Amino acid sequence: MAIKLTVNNQPQELDVDPDMPLLWALRDHLKLTGTKFGCGMALCGACTVHIEGQATRSCVTPISAVAGKNVTTIEGLSGDAGKAVQTAWVSLDVPQCGYCQSGQIMSASALLAGNAKPTDADIDAAMAGNICRCATYVRIRAAIHQAADSLPASQAKS
Amino acid sequence: MYLRNIEDSLATWPPLARLAANITRRDFLKFTTIAGSGLTLGVVIPAVAKSTGLTVLGIEGTPGDYSTPFVRIDTDNTVTVICKHVEAGQGVWTGLPAVVAEELDASWSQMRAESSPAQVPTYGNFAFGPKGNVQGTGGSTSMANSWDQLRHAGAYARAMVVQAAANRWKVPASEITVSDGVVSHSSGKKATFGELAAAAGKLPLPKDVKLKDPSQFKLIGSEKRLQRLDSHSKSTGTQTFAIDVMLPDMMTAVVLRPPRFGAKVQSIDSAAAKAVPGVVDVVQIPRGVAVVARDTWSAKKGREALKVTWDESNAEKRSTEALFKEYRQMSGGPDAVKVEKKGDADAALKTAAKVLDFEFEFPYLAHAPMEPLTAAAKLSPGKCEIWAGCQFQTIDQANAAQAAGLKPEQVTINTLAAGGTFGRRANAESDYIVEAVSIAKATGGNYPVKLIWTREDDITGGRYRPATYHHVTAGLSQDGKLVAVKQDVVNQSIMAGTPFAGMMKEGVDPTSVEGGTTEQYEVENAHVTWTQAKVGVPILWWRSVGHTHTAFVKEVVADELAAAAGKDPVAYRLSLMEKHPRSAAVLKLAAEKAGWDKPFPTGKAANGSFRGRGVAVHESFGTVVAHVVEVTVTDGSVKVDRVVTAVDCGIAVTPDVVRAQMQSCIGYGLSAALYGKISLTDGRVDQTNFHQYRVLRINEMPRSIEIHIVPSTNPPSGVGEPGTPPIGPAVANAVRAATGIKLRKLPFDLAAAKATKT
Repeated sequence: MAIKLTVNNQPQELDVDPDMPLLWALRDHLKLTGTKFGCGMALCGACTVHIEGQATRSCVTPISAVAGKNVTTIEGLSGDAGKAVQTAWVSLDVPQCGYCQSGQIMSASALLAGNAKPTDADIDAAMAGNICRCATYVRIRAAIHQAADSLPASQAKS
Repeated sequence: MYLRNIEDSLATWPPLARLAANITRRDFLKFTTIAGSGLTLGVVIPAVAKSTGLTVLGIEGTPGDYSTPFVRIDTDNTVTVICKHVEAGQGVWTGLPAVVAEELDASWSQMRAESSPAQVPTYGNFAFGPKGNVQGTGGSTSMANSWDQLRHAGAYARAMVVQAAANRWKVPASEITVSDGVVSHSSGKKATFGELAAAAGKLPLPKDVKLKDPSQFKLIGSEKRLQRLDSHSKSTGTQTFAIDVMLPDMMTAVVLRPPRFGAKVQSIDSAAAKAVPGVVDVVQIPRGVAVVARDTWSAKKGREALKVTWDESNAEKRSTEALFKEYRQMSGGPDAVKVEKKGDADAALKTAAKVLDFEFEFPYLAHAPMEPLTAAAKLSPGKCEIWAGCQFQTIDQANAAQAAGLKPEQVTINTLAAGGTFGRRANAESDYIVEAVSIAKATGGNYPVKLIWTREDDITGGRYRPATYHHVTAGLSQDGKLVAVKQDVVNQSIMAGTPFAGMMKEGVDPTSVEGGTTEQYEVENAHVTWTQAKVGVPILWWRSVGHTHTAFVKEVVADELAAAAGKDPVAYRLSLMEKHPRSAAVLKLAAEKAGWDKPFPTGKAANGSFRGRGVAVHESFGTVVAHVVEVTVTDGSVKVDRVVTAVDCGIAVTPDVVRAQMQSCIGYGLSAALYGKISLTDGRVDQTNFHQYRVLRINEMPRSIEIHIVPSTNPPSGVGEPGTPPIGPAVANAVRAATGIKLRKLPFDLAAAKATKT
């Protein structure tokens, strides 16, 4: 039976194996390839999306678990926090190979949406699940601070 | 450098020889204009690389209808630099366009980058050999290789745009100026490149052009950062990697490979796999059994249901523990070959006042790029098309042709951005690309195939940095002078038995020992040997290759010699580097910026932690890097608090990319020093994914990294690798300063090292 969900504000109906991870449903069936495969075990964060605004590893989230829910991917990222994060990412030239950066940005924007002025410890806690083999971590940290500084403290929303 | 002059050894290798035979050597700096709507500058080679017009998600349009250009100015006022090197994060899509933009006096905002087709010698790597008959990225050569070509390309383009303006305005070309992408005349007339491109494209090529004097550079070396041309696409999820390629009717495949290296398929029971919904085929290929399905999840489920029995009679069944035991026994033994010999090290050691003995062990390491290996292949009659983050384009082309039963020129290579590689995508067999082609062929070429390696495939799939053993004996005179060094290295050869074997000299694989001779530190008596281990574990170059272990050994030994001599580690190194002023200057700069001459609170702190400071300096791939690090050791775990780096890479074309690469090298090297290890038990790889193959995370990255670039007017060398070798030993030296613990095995295990008498 088809599973209904909302992806980037668009209603979607998917007739796939209910166990299929959201990651592969997004990539292979909805052609939303901005969300990346890195490990398949929620170890690297490359597949991070927002489910009802919460940063979630889509590689271990069965599609059946998101029936009726709102999913946001990098392609649909909007709102003040998301835009501020992307602006800071470009401004500081964070990406190198860039493969993990969709996941990094989704984790960072969820962090800022809930915590307008994260400390370094907050950043460590929110971002330690996202691996970057190019080790762009110094710039990721700087970009999160820059994005936070660009947002009015009371207005940060994903 | 390990990839220098590979072309001669490759010329004897059948697939590539066939490719080379089809190409007439031309003067690679002979530019020409190519008909088009704008100005296109290329070299005189008749072949044309055209897109098939297939849709690749995320790429707008198709590569243009052009013949082998370096630079294209379109009527929409964009300037596109056609990059022959893969963008794998190291910044070539920014650095190479910067070279053109400088000579062209373009505006940075109009610059674009795209990958070239696979074609030699047009896009050959001249750092790999003067004939340019191999296209590839490696050895940190991209900038060095493209520097002269692209400066000329930019200068020719500028001259032609200026001439077009002179003709249009009927003024002498000498009165025309170009700045920030605008062509102007004192009369007030102005035009963009785009407005002049069509007319410029019809002009004859100027006979000669004058390159700028480096003192005239506005963009190159500027601290006013040039935005990376790929930052936006990589911050919005719109950059297309091979894994994102979607072709009509395409199927996705995963491969079940043997659990032990060298095992072969004995029998296949594919009934359960074929019963998985979405699975369309199960086929045997030379390297395993492929499950082909309508989507990735179905392919993975199919593979889980697949039953294969393996013939393991020729498989590697040894454990890494047993291998190191063998390496220790082989070291300096009858199979050892000479790497370096001067003076009489044995005699000098007998009379030395102090002799120090060291043994080091380095594990296998997986590259683990964030994008696992992926390639899409499409076969049609007489044609094969590949989409991948190719690092060895013409080698991949030749291997794909052989797998497809075609000629190399029938294979089109689309080089996409690679989601990291660190050397993994550059291998003589083009393993993952050949797998994709083999699956497409085994399924009758009925549909395009995208092969995806899972992370488990990546971690267990081999082609690791070779496990390596070093034994060093060093002697000091009464006054602390280094009088003799003996070093025996044991590891597998990356080159032996491959098309690169021709690069081995006198039986020595340079990639096994590079950086391990006594070139940096002067010593009268030296004897260095290498013993080749024969193990059935596939190995490969891993970011900075042999330097990953030789620099560690050299710099840890240097530090302990300084301690034994009662000298400061920086001063002691400098005393041995009189003939290496460039390296010495880099070391001095790092030490000065780190405040090395100021007291550091070394040892046990009030909170029970230990603090220490360490240094290392190493030259690799023509670039010298020194790191000074400050560490805190708490309950046996090492935290790097601060890194001060100095780098001499010749002219730093895009300084911010240089800094980014130093940061990246530091993080990548720390992963290896602190955590990186692939081990085998009875031939089976123990690690499968990031929970067992641990890599550095954001909370473990040094918070403070300062990078200082040595001003230089020398031509640029590379920065993708050279920051990696010295970070591990700098940290080891800091740990010893902090705790007295001598780290001889990687990754660091302080408790084990403390318990071991060294």
